[in-house]
Amino acid sequence: MNAVLALEDGSVFRGEGFGARASASGEVCFNTSMTGYQEILTDPSYKAQIVTMTYPLIGNYGVNHQDVESWKPHVAGFVIRELSPVVSNWRADASLAQYLEENGIPGLQGIDTRALTRRLRVRGALNGFISTEAISDAEALERAKSWPGLMGVDYVKEVTHREAFVWDEKDEQSADFKLRQGLEPADAREVREPLPPADIPIVAFDYGMKYNILRRLRQQGFRVRVLPATATAAEALCHRPAGIFLSNGPGDPAALGYAVRAVQDLLQTGIPIFGICLGHQILGQALGGKTFKLKFGHRGANQPVKDLVSGKVEITSQNHGFAVDAASLPNDVEVDRINLNDQTVEGFRHKTKPVFCVQYHPEASPGPHDSTPLFAQFRQLIQSR
Amino acid sequence: MPKRTDIHSVLIIGAGPIIIGQACEFDYSGTQACKALREEGYRVILVNSNPATIMTDPEFADRTYIEPITPECVEKIIVRESEHIKAQGGEGKLALLPTLGGQTALNTAMALVKRGTLDNYGVEMIGANAEAIQKGEDRQVFKDLMIQIGLDVPISGTAHTLEEARGIAERIGRFPLIIRPAFTLGGTGGGIAYNREEYEDIARRGLELSPVTEVLIEESLLGWKEFEMEVMRDRADNCVIICSIENFDPMGVHTGDSITVAPIQTLTDKEYQIMRDASFAVIRAVGVETGGSNIQFAVNPDDGRMVIIEMNPRVSRSSALASKATGFPIAKIAAKLAVGYLLDEIRNDITRETPASFEPTIDYVVTKIPRFAFEKFPQADPTLNTQMKSVGEAMAIGRTFKESLQKALRSLEIGRSGLGGDGKPWRIGEKLYGDRDILPASLIRQKLSVPNAERIFFIRHALRSGFTVEDLFNLTKIDRWFLTQIKEIVDFEEALASTAN
Repeated sequence: MNAVLALEDGSVFRGEGFGARASASGEVCFNTSMTGYQEILTDPSYKAQIVTMTYPLIGNYGVNHQDVESWKPHVAGFVIRELSPVVSNWRADASLAQYLEENGIPGLQGIDTRALTRRLRVRGALNGFISTEAISDAEALERAKSWPGLMGVDYVKEVTHREAFVWDEKDEQSADFKLRQGLEPADAREVREPLPPADIPIVAFDYGMKYNILRRLRQQGFRVRVLPATATAAEALCHRPAGIFLSNGPGDPAALGYAVRAVQDLLQTGIPIFGICLGHQILGQALGGKTFKLKFGHRGANQPVKDLVSGKVEITSQNHGFAVDAASLPNDVEVDRINLNDQTVEGFRHKTKPVFCVQYHPEASPGPHDSTPLFAQFRQLIQSR
Repeated sequence: MPKRTDIHSVLIIGAGPIIIGQACEFDYSGTQACKALREEGYRVILVNSNPATIMTDPEFADRTYIEPITPECVEKIIVRESEHIKAQGGEGKLALLPTLGGQTALNTAMALVKRGTLDNYGVEMIGANAEAIQKGEDRQVFKDLMIQIGLDVPISGTAHTLEEARGIAERIGRFPLIIRPAFTLGGTGGGIAYNREEYEDIARRGLELSPVTEVLIEESLLGWKEFEMEVMRDRADNCVIICSIENFDPMGVHTGDSITVAPIQTLTDKEYQIMRDASFAVIRAVGVETGGSNIQFAVNPDDGRMVIIEMNPRVSRSSALASKATGFPIAKIAAKLAVGYLLDEIRNDITRETPASFEPTIDYVVTKIPRFAFEKFPQADPTLNTQMKSVGEAMAIGRTFKESLQKALRSLEIGRSGLGGDGKPWRIGEKLYGDRDILPASLIRQKLSVPNAERIFFIRHALRSGFTVEDLFNLTKIDRWFLTQIKEIVDFEEALASTAN
């Protein structure tokens, strides 16, 4: 199966197709994580993006039913250097190629992903078109150039749950992944950490929320009611939440006026608010700040973030193409975390209100667990009131 | 935190002569440390008896002692240098950095602690303290510590009667089992039991031979997958993983004799992160305050169970590999951390713009292959086991595992261009075979079932003679992912050969 990736700058990469026989447009971006492709594929924040992995050997451990971050993969297309011809891991249920095929996502392998990444680093994120169908270079380029791009488009509405629901009421999906130790029961898949009682009710605005955020919140003893992204402040408040969570999500944060308005209203209530990624960008706007598009974004599992209060450095998992402009934030907001690679804002807190947020992913999955304590901090913030 | 100003001179202990099991990797780390510390304005004193090292070149240290690396000699050096610092009216103390010269340096430093030398002359050990070295090096202390912090270790038990021994075997529930009689000279009377009969025999014999009628029984990890993590920690407890390594050869072969690959290839992110968390838990529990450590894990391929095997509280052979594989100069950074810097205060040598507090992520694969010289030692047993026998190693970088493997094999300087197919004959014992001859199945089976220097080439011979990946897995327990990669190389060789005909 011949496959193609065309970029708006006129470049064309041809290689071997895998996954579904399909075509798609999207913003082409690269991720530097060496593990965790299944979590990346299923992260709703990648809606409308064609993702390439800088690590060349992908698919080695297959896919399994546990390591998912939502109900299906969301990437528009997946571009890698070499697909493993074999799956080798005790938890694997299927191969990466089967998984993408079942989900209608085109894959491209056998191209020089390093050349592609270098192009994206120099030119910045580019619009592109991927196809595993019979299509000429000229047509592929035309489709790449005619795609309108992410700026100003609301992709949140496409990935948010349409109806409100309570996360994992039966406590079947929230236990942390754990390996069997010593003489514990034989099927390691059944080994679970016990969960604390779910005694604090909160609402979570779902802009395209990763499951591991929900798992981490549940592990902290929160009873989480998930609301559609379009929910108003009044709709949230009728559940009498002790805390409000704002999730990650795809696309341009400046296209989400309704979400910014809801958060502005909620900021008046004094209820503690915690935001991650897009939630951080929405909070930034609700407080009067502005967002801007990064040249090629931060996507990977090795981004160093310095906590300016404690002086400690956390290695974080990140996935964002936009950032909050520090200079645009009002005086009653304090930037308390920065990225050590490019000094951009990675977190801020309100000086008088119980509000804090981070641009990166403390829920990891994929990525390091260094920032997991932030979920406990959210609980402490609520309990201290 | 900036660098410490209460240190006047740093004494670095080198690794001494090159022997099997300890080679030029410690010249590499020691040289880096000398350079880094002089850059920071410290007076560097070096002791190393090996003149064929870069670090003993005059420009690398302020004073170089080419003297035996023994506690007695190093004590004399400490006495002389302490007096020198005093005579010069120098501000600050003498510090000893023992973590860059391999096991020799570590052992010598521990002997100096026990003799009281360091206390008597007010010498501070930096990089790792005596307690941490003790915890990392003493097998039982280390194992107890791991259990205490909730990490998994091989299941074991002690028995004083055959009945108790049967109970322990029952509890562990599978063979093979390792039996070690207590307090016998060199552990005589122990062994590995693969079934119930063998187990009863060895346990009975062990109990008889042990002067206290006691045997230690432990589950065997033979055939499990082996992994390594290279960790760095600074004074503020920032921890980072520099490099993850997967061994091509499963447990049972010394890491120094294993083909090793960076980064890890066959773990999901969930499993990898558990290993990362465990690595940090180990370095913190052992108490290595600053610098690098190497932590080794075994993973059961059937259920993912992950046990800690050991840790080296110092720069090791793998650190040299990890430094070259990632561009992160572990020894240099370890030296700077030892004198008080934090990771985010040190510049990243690769980007020159960002700090060293990050985890290298690579877009290539690194393969290291040990170099053996059994032809020079006809008396030596060429079987690979837990005692290191290689005399050197070669490393190669490629965009695929296949590329890096072939390049590393070509780098070994054994006359081969890769796995084979280069037209050169194979000498197996007394016999000579053509490059593309099909070797006898019995020979192949024998060479695959017991780890040896030629095993990698016999995977090719086996695939060419019709063995399947599953056959190979059953014989070697090498992960199917690696075997399939080699099969792709062999298939390509066959495709090329068929066009030539």
